[in-house]
Amino acid sequence: MPKRLIKAALFLCVGLLAGAARADLFLTITFLHQEVPLPPVLSNLDPIPDTLGEDGARLGLGDNRTTGAFLGHNYALQTASVPPGGDLIAAAKSALTASPYLVLNAPAADVLRITDLPEAASALIFNVAAPDTRLRDADCRTNLFHTLPSEAMRADALMQALQRKRFVRLALITGPHAPDKAFAHALRRSAVKFGLKIVGEKEWDFDADMRRNASQEVPLFTQDFKDHDVLLVADEIHDFGRYIAYNTWLPRPVAGSEGLVPVAWSRVVEQWGAAQLQSRFKELTGRDMRPRDYAAWAAVRALGEAVTRTESNDPTRLRAFILSDQFELAGFKGRPQSFRPWNGQMRQPIPLVTDRAVVIQAPVEGFLHQRTELDTLGLDEPESRCEAFQ
Amino acid sequence: MKALCASLALTLATPLAAEEIWVTNEKDDTISVIDVATLEVTRTIPTGERPRGITFSKDYSRVYICASDSDTVQVMDPETGQILHDLPSGEDPEQFVLHPNDRHLYIANEDDAVTTVVDTETRTVIAQINVGIEPEGMAVSPDGKIAITTSETTNMAHWIDTETRELFANTLVDSRPRHAEFVHGGKELWVSSEIGGTITIFDVATQAEKAKIAFEVKGVHPDRVQPVGFELTEDEKTAFVALGPSNHVAVVNAETYDVEDYILVGRRVWHMTFNSDKSRLFTTNGVSGDVTVIDVAKRKAIKSIKVGRFPWGAALRP
Repeated sequence: MPKRLIKAALFLCVGLLAGAARADLFLTITFLHQEVPLPPVLSNLDPIPDTLGEDGARLGLGDNRTTGAFLGHNYALQTASVPPGGDLIAAAKSALTASPYLVLNAPAADVLRITDLPEAASALIFNVAAPDTRLRDADCRTNLFHTLPSEAMRADALMQALQRKRFVRLALITGPHAPDKAFAHALRRSAVKFGLKIVGEKEWDFDADMRRNASQEVPLFTQDFKDHDVLLVADEIHDFGRYIAYNTWLPRPVAGSEGLVPVAWSRVVEQWGAAQLQSRFKELTGRDMRPRDYAAWAAVRALGEAVTRTESNDPTRLRAFILSDQFELAGFKGRPQSFRPWNGQMRQPIPLVTDRAVVIQAPVEGFLHQRTELDTLGLDEPESRCEAFQ
Repeated sequence: MKALCASLALTLATPLAAEEIWVTNEKDDTISVIDVATLEVTRTIPTGERPRGITFSKDYSRVYICASDSDTVQVMDPETGQILHDLPSGEDPEQFVLHPNDRHLYIANEDDAVTTVVDTETRTVIAQINVGIEPEGMAVSPDGKIAITTSETTNMAHWIDTETRELFANTLVDSRPRHAEFVHGGKELWVSSEIGGTITIFDVATQAEKAKIAFEVKGVHPDRVQPVGFELTEDEKTAFVALGPSNHVAVVNAETYDVEDYILVGRRVWHMTFNSDKSRLFTTNGVSGDVTVIDVAKRKAIKSIKVGRFPWGAALRP
């Protein structure tokens, strides 16, 4: 690889040459992971990568460093992973002592344990794993930003797509786990918001192995639903959902956690230059980029963008800039992405994808908003009960 | 093969080639050739994978094509449509510019954060210059002393001294810079920013920002007004700016920087080129798969010409 060597050598030159009128800045970001034991699922086809999220942060670091090389700005990424039952708080305190910039891959309850530490008072913490709407609502925190879309944003994206197709009568199957129930709750709320009707609901309570008998069980299970246009599945841990499609009593499309899925990111997103981000991620990791990777990439890039534009590494200045209308991140989804100043959520388009293609992207044409159409997704200013940002 | 024979037959049938616009179709791996007189597609020529940037040599005896997914720049005989040879281009060449010496191609390697300089005569890479992430826009000053690469994710214009082939300045612009042009005899550099929605104008002597043009299309949300390609009229008094998914081309007074008009064209308008007397402007519209012809004096779209899937670049063959 002589070319690579040449590149490395040139890179050093560039770093030196570009330093004419620059202020040297250094920013360390910690990627902190609270490992969570996952319940067993029926199929082992799609293992979850151990470095989910972290890989996105690494890619974002590389992007920041390349830009920084021309400006005299440098970045470092530290990673810490806490096993289930381990001392997350100690790890968080140690990270916050080193740097106020934290990318957090942890469930909502742990997120709040960390944001509420005295050491975190002036920190900038990015949530990349907890979709819980409450963190953007009454449980928001002044030091907490979200690059992962909330359940409410994903549900709103799906309802816009279904409403546009006039698929307005919905049936809903909900799994037994808390994330399933939370997503189902978001779907119900969003159906009301966009004028769709959930005509029937059932809870998934099988313990059979669906690989053997989905074709026998699912038709019966779905037989007593009133007529509907689309069958929604809330199965966020991806346990049974994959066995529903084509096994239903009525021939109906499936959407929600399976079928047509609203996501922050997927390997099938390729427009708006996304193909480049995908190939850079794949070159770095050897796998496809997933939503949590995207959220972590966006968090690290948001910090990088703020440093580039403000020429500062002071958390107060960066926070003010990130929340200002000066901030924009080119997030490869076709529109500039900014943060909602009322709850710290990153505005972003939500692609609705199958395994093979982007079907449509929300905000769907025709859903209007006085500020930006992106604010038709998730909690809008008047409905959010977040007060920390006021 | 059949298409090739057909194109050959057509070429032979029109010995005095009429003025043509060559359009690369990114998702069809072809070039559509438009006859400027009839405004019809006269032939379709196969290329390498994902053709994007396209430019002719000074004497128009060669056409260079960025075949991005084939990782090469193809050199084609425009008479026959045959590929003469490939140039080493670095990975994923997206866009390039031919130095006024008619010999050196400056190529943006989108996947590799590199600008590659290729000697088209010796067919060798003579330099690779590290730039920001996703380099795309390429320009060279009229005197040939400065080359520019813009990087989409790093959001900069990188200024390359073509003699030393080293960077001598890096200037920030708004998000996702896409296209760069030297204007007013090389005194100004214009850089469009797709996501930022602006064109930044630099004073070349000092590399200082001197103005910024913003756009506002009635009935279109500002997020969707995304400037990409642009071209200036012969007198350099007027610029036409493709505004991407807003499906409009802006008409800008290049002296006052005021936007004077917006012209509705096809969907996701991307790049453009003039005919030789600059009375007609041809814009590539990626999503609608067509080319809009604009009457420059009247500032009106006069025709849509269906081409291949996702037309990207356009170049004039007089």
